[in-house]
Amino acid sequence: MNLFAKALKVWFYLGALVAIAVTPVVQAANGDMPGGPKVNQLDFPAPATKIMAEIHWLNWFMIVICAIIFVGVFGVMFYSILKHRKSKGAKAASFHESTTVEIIWTVIPLIIVIAMALPATKTVVAMKDTTNSDITIKTTGYQWKWGYDYIKGEGEGISFVSTLSTPRAQVNNLEPKSLTYLMEVDNEMVVPVNKKIRIITTANDVIHAWAVPAFGVKQDAIPGFVRDTWFKAEKIGTFRGQCSELCGAQHAFMPIVVKVVSAEDYSKWVDAKKKEMAGNADDPTKTYTMEEQKERGAKVYAANCAACHQANGAGAGAFPALVGSKVVLGPKEGQYQILLNGKNAMPKWSGVLSDGELAAVMTYTRNTWGNKSGDVIQTQDFITARTASK
Amino acid sequence: MSTISTTHDSVHDHDHAHDQPHGWRRWLFATNHKDIGTMYLIFSFVSLLAGGVMALGIRLELFQPGLQYFRPEFFNQLTTMHGLVMVFGAIMPAFVGFANWMIPLQIGAADMAFARMNNLSFWILPVAALLLFGSFLVPGGAPAGGWTLYAPLSLQMGPGMDMAIFAIHLLGASSIMGSINIIVTVLNMRAPGMTMMKMPMFCWTWLITAYLLIAVMPVLAGVITMVLTDRHFGTTFFSAVGGGDPVMFQHIFWFFGHPEVYIMILPAFGIISEIVPAFSRKTLFGYSSMVYATSSIAILSFIVWAHHMFTTGMPVTGQLFFMYATMLIAVPTGVKIFNWVATMWRGSMTFETPMLWAIGFIFVFTMGGFTGLILAMAPIDIGLQDTYYVVAHFHYVLVAGSLFAMFAGFYFWCPKWTGRMANEFRGKIHFWGSLIFFNLTFFPMHFLGLAGMPRRYADYPTQFADFNMIASISALGFGVMQVYFLLFVVLPAYRGQGVKASDCPWDGAKGLEWTIPSPAPFHTFETPPQVDFDAPMHPSNTPAHAH
Repeated sequence: MNLFAKALKVWFYLGALVAIAVTPVVQAANGDMPGGPKVNQLDFPAPATKIMAEIHWLNWFMIVICAIIFVGVFGVMFYSILKHRKSKGAKAASFHESTTVEIIWTVIPLIIVIAMALPATKTVVAMKDTTNSDITIKTTGYQWKWGYDYIKGEGEGISFVSTLSTPRAQVNNLEPKSLTYLMEVDNEMVVPVNKKIRIITTANDVIHAWAVPAFGVKQDAIPGFVRDTWFKAEKIGTFRGQCSELCGAQHAFMPIVVKVVSAEDYSKWVDAKKKEMAGNADDPTKTYTMEEQKERGAKVYAANCAACHQANGAGAGAFPALVGSKVVLGPKEGQYQILLNGKNAMPKWSGVLSDGELAAVMTYTRNTWGNKSGDVIQTQDFITARTASK
Repeated sequence: MSTISTTHDSVHDHDHAHDQPHGWRRWLFATNHKDIGTMYLIFSFVSLLAGGVMALGIRLELFQPGLQYFRPEFFNQLTTMHGLVMVFGAIMPAFVGFANWMIPLQIGAADMAFARMNNLSFWILPVAALLLFGSFLVPGGAPAGGWTLYAPLSLQMGPGMDMAIFAIHLLGASSIMGSINIIVTVLNMRAPGMTMMKMPMFCWTWLITAYLLIAVMPVLAGVITMVLTDRHFGTTFFSAVGGGDPVMFQHIFWFFGHPEVYIMILPAFGIISEIVPAFSRKTLFGYSSMVYATSSIAILSFIVWAHHMFTTGMPVTGQLFFMYATMLIAVPTGVKIFNWVATMWRGSMTFETPMLWAIGFIFVFTMGGFTGLILAMAPIDIGLQDTYYVVAHFHYVLVAGSLFAMFAGFYFWCPKWTGRMANEFRGKIHFWGSLIFFNLTFFPMHFLGLAGMPRRYADYPTQFADFNMIASISALGFGVMQVYFLLFVVLPAYRGQGVKASDCPWDGAKGLEWTIPSPAPFHTFETPPQVDFDAPMHPSNTPAHAH
């Protein structure tokens, strides 16, 4: 081996060692995720619906058949490798075709494939039947969160946004990661057990996909279109899933959490949620102080803006810094527009954040990290800005 | 007993200084199929290494949960570019390189039908590659919507997406021209007496692949042009607001995309069909069935595309149709596997490096085929779509499939290209190292997918950490094996080190390529060889044929 090659090898291994060594190793929580994947899980999650139980069965059915065929074919091949070697004195035969054999090993696999398709057909038909549901919930994919609207059945009228609640400090390896890392949200979808829930999916911007593995559910959320699927959870508990269609930078950071509760607990939740929504509704006539807006704005910022503009407002790469930004320190009109309508990679927040939340976060950005505009924005300002831009 | 009657002209040992160019002109103005084949192979190997570096970037970030090295938007650029570079820069050009080198030699033709168009087909590639890699440097970076470029996400990307679109147009044009060349060459320039059913399987699989390419590359060109006009010229093909449909992108893309994956595997089947008979010292079993099976796979590949779209919300009939059609493809594929095993059965086998790779291919590709059959079951696919199970499946068929077959082809034909036998011992290290690291990298991904880990994710829950770490370390090992291959197998052979190769160094190999010296002279078969293809098998004589 010449010197150059030797040196290259040394550099390779050194580089690998360095990479492993400097990777920050903050001790992660070690344990199964409640309602989510187990550590080093090898199979589908435990089914919480009949459909998922059927999918489990189908998978095992397929694996067993494939394993039998695999062992059969490769048993023959390895036998041949051992016995029909030149070194063992094997002489090559001269046969090189047989129509009979070709027909046999075309027809038998065809029969096997048809046998596989029959149980699968039953499940496909069942999965597509969304009729006669008890509750209908519309899930809307946003970049990068889910919106849930209960549009039919008990709980009708409930509407909220469900955002990842894992602190960014955990993502950036400054804090140990929890057991529900990346699969926890601030507002979970709540449904009653043993009721057929119809999920209607759509999206606000790009294609997302709503998925809960334990239910056997996955449905693309397509902007401008409406699709549906359904599930009937047969177990009480919390079940988790993740967005399953590439939707941009934060694709890994918009999970789904469904809490399945008893019928009474569900009714209690419906009442509580409706009261909470009424309380949260922003009163357009109320005027807040700078401190109140900054406090609320800080929470909105951490949940929605920090991922790109960073917690310290310094931005990163393509995402501009908010500290000393012309938009943030310039005329309010400019910042209203960019928040309401978005720009390039920045999503539009109109319809995602309420006017009250927008006013709070705008106040926060204008008066933090050394920005000293002294502006206090109120809910009414956004209502006006929105109508002005029409 | 027949013999080849070769005239003096068909084997040149001396080159005419006035008709063989030298220096940079030899390569820039190349019209010789061997030179062009070599350039394609060099280009594809460089792309393989570049795509490999991107893969290592992905695996580096995924080594542990949390974001350590890259911002997620850059991570998405890496996954997208890894896919585009490997598909369009590594696998496809490599097979074209094999076609250029071997088809004229196997059919006894002096060169490809359109030698100058051949030159253009190649030289478009470095330009396209520059455009594609250049996208990393523009604002917004390289495209980051996955190699599948789904709208509307692809409409949001910066100018890097436009550069990628133009690069793909160029790559497509190159493929179409190459395919035209291959079809015309195979149909018109076979040696006298070599009927279609007497030509080598490699030529058959490439003929069928070339038809697939001509059929579907224009479809890809169409859909990416629609993305371009949606992005810049006010059309709304994929935007509901303007009356368009994002799912239509997926239909058109996958109408290209599914035949595309068969384009990437059929030539591999052809290479395996050359190697297994040679090292079993026995004619390929079921030649006509192999031709019919390959044709069935090609035809079926046009009617299965929506199995990539089972979660988009198709009506029941659609789900069922595409499920049935996809499962049907398993039948002719199985027939091919059985035929290879039947070729080995009661043969007289030796296990030099090409045969190791071929057997490795059959073994590991079949595993990928089984996971494909499992994914074809629509209910199961609902659970596994967009998870690491799919990533495992396609890496099994593309890496352990296409790439392993290419390595097999390299070790098999290296004597003809370089005049030297590739080092056997090092070849075995390359094989076992690649096989072991490959399986360690991708087998755990089946578990990750079943457990729910989605693909194209820059970060993941802690419960997935162990399998990800194993995959990352093994991926590094796999990558190191390919650099080992380059430095310790390929370069020495090209530099004239190693055992000198005879005309036919593999005693079971048949085919016209083994009737000329090693390395192959610059000009070969300037007059068509006179071969009796109806004679019984004779060493270094006729290719396998059907009566």
